[in-house]
Order: sequence, then C-alpha cells, then structure tokens
Amino acid sequence: MELIILATLTALGYFFGRIAERRHFESIRLREAQYKDILIFNERHLPVGQWRGGPLVGGNVVISVDYFKRVVAGLKALFGGRLTTYESLLERARREALLRMKADARQHGADMIINVRLETASISKGQGDQIGSVEVYAYGTALVT
Amino acid sequence: MLVSNIELIPGRRILRHLGMVQGNTVRAKHVGKDILAGFKNIFGGELVAYTDLLNEAREEATQRMLEHARHIGANAVINVRFSTSSVTAGAAELFAYGTAVVLEDE
Repeated sequence: MELIILATLTALGYFFGRIAERRHFESIRLREAQYKDILIFNERHLPVGQWRGGPLVGGNVVISVDYFKRVVAGLKALFGGRLTTYESLLERARREALLRMKADARQHGADMIINVRLETASISKGQGDQIGSVEVYAYGTALVT
Repeated sequence: MLVSNIELIPGRRILRHLGMVQGNTVRAKHVGKDILAGFKNIFGGELVAYTDLLNEAREEATQRMLEHARHIGANAVINVRFSTSSVTAGAAELFAYGTAVVLEDE
C-alpha cells in the first residue's frame, strides 16, 4: 500500500513537475529576451560616464522541489554524483530572481545594474518531513544615464 | 534616504561616515500557507506565498535599518548587504546591514 502511494506521488511529481519546469524555462527565455537591453555586472566599480541615482533593486523567488526530484535525489545520494534534478531547480530560481531584479530596474528606468549579488537560502531545511524549497534573492545597484 | 550596495552614490560626495547600521526581522510561516506549500512539494513550482512573505520581511528589515540610520543623522546607507538564515524549522531571519553616511546636498 505504501509503495503504491509512493509510486503515485512520484509519478505525479514527474508529470506535473516536468510540465511546470518546461513552462517556467519557456517563460524565463521569453523574458530574458525582453530584458536583454538591461546589462548586469557583478563588478562594483562605476563604468566610465555620467551616472545618476543608483537605487537598490532586487528580486526574489521561492521554488519548491517536486516529489520526483526528491526521490531521484534520495537515490542518487546513495551513489554520489551530480544531482541534475536539483541543478535545474537552482538554475531556474537564479534566473528567475535575476529577471525580477531586472523588472524592478526597468521600473526605475535604469539601463544597467552593477555589483549584483546573489544569495541562496534553503528555507526550512533539516526536519525530515519539512517542505523542501529554495529561495534566491538577487540585488544590485541600478544606474540611470 | 538613499540606499546603495556599492560604496558610493553616483554623482554625490560623502561628507562623513557614521558607522554600521542594521535591521532584522524573524518571520514564521502561516499554517494554512504551509499546507498549500506541502501540496506544491509534490507537484513542484513556485511558492508564491513564501516569495511574498520573504519579500515583505526583507522590506521590513531594510526599513528598520533605514530607521536606525535616520536616528543617527545619516541621509544615505551604502554598501548594503542582505543575509538570510533559518533559525528554527519554519522560521527565517532576514538581516540587512550597511554603512550610514552623510552625503553633501546636490
């Protein structure tokens, strides 16, 4: 009985998780094209030229793992090696956070963000039955010409 | 009040440094939202409720930092950094810190 529940949850996680991930990547690619005129640097020095303002801009996102990813990661943890299922999760979260930061910068009329910092936190880690999710926060200084 | 995460504000001169200012907040999760998040844990996807929660909390930590800065007579905070830590299961601490400075008027 427990095995059936586990198999069902894994299958649900696999299908819905895959759909969610594909949609998310599509939307990320679309918006990355949309915001590609905003340049971002993790350098802290001002580029040559006259700049104004410099509000702090940022974007955050919390993304949850799905059941399939967790099962695969659990199995992989026995043998070691790359956890590709979690790699794509973190990649999505980082790119999404950067995009939200860019959207924030666009609202300020900025065309460049410097000193970009990315911060990752796994909220609610530990505790066996806890919710597995990861937060990424991206922030930087927006520059207006 | 100007905020920046680089060590200067473009086009303005720093007159005085007033030392480090900080602000923090600890937030716990909502039980109802937690149940919804539990479902999301099967299907995957963004946890919008948590995104908003952390965003609000970070905003509050920043506000507290700015209050502190205002209190000691600064008109800008530079070199701002954020940090997150999970204190216990189900609660997160958001922390913002930076250097309070006095900028000359434009």
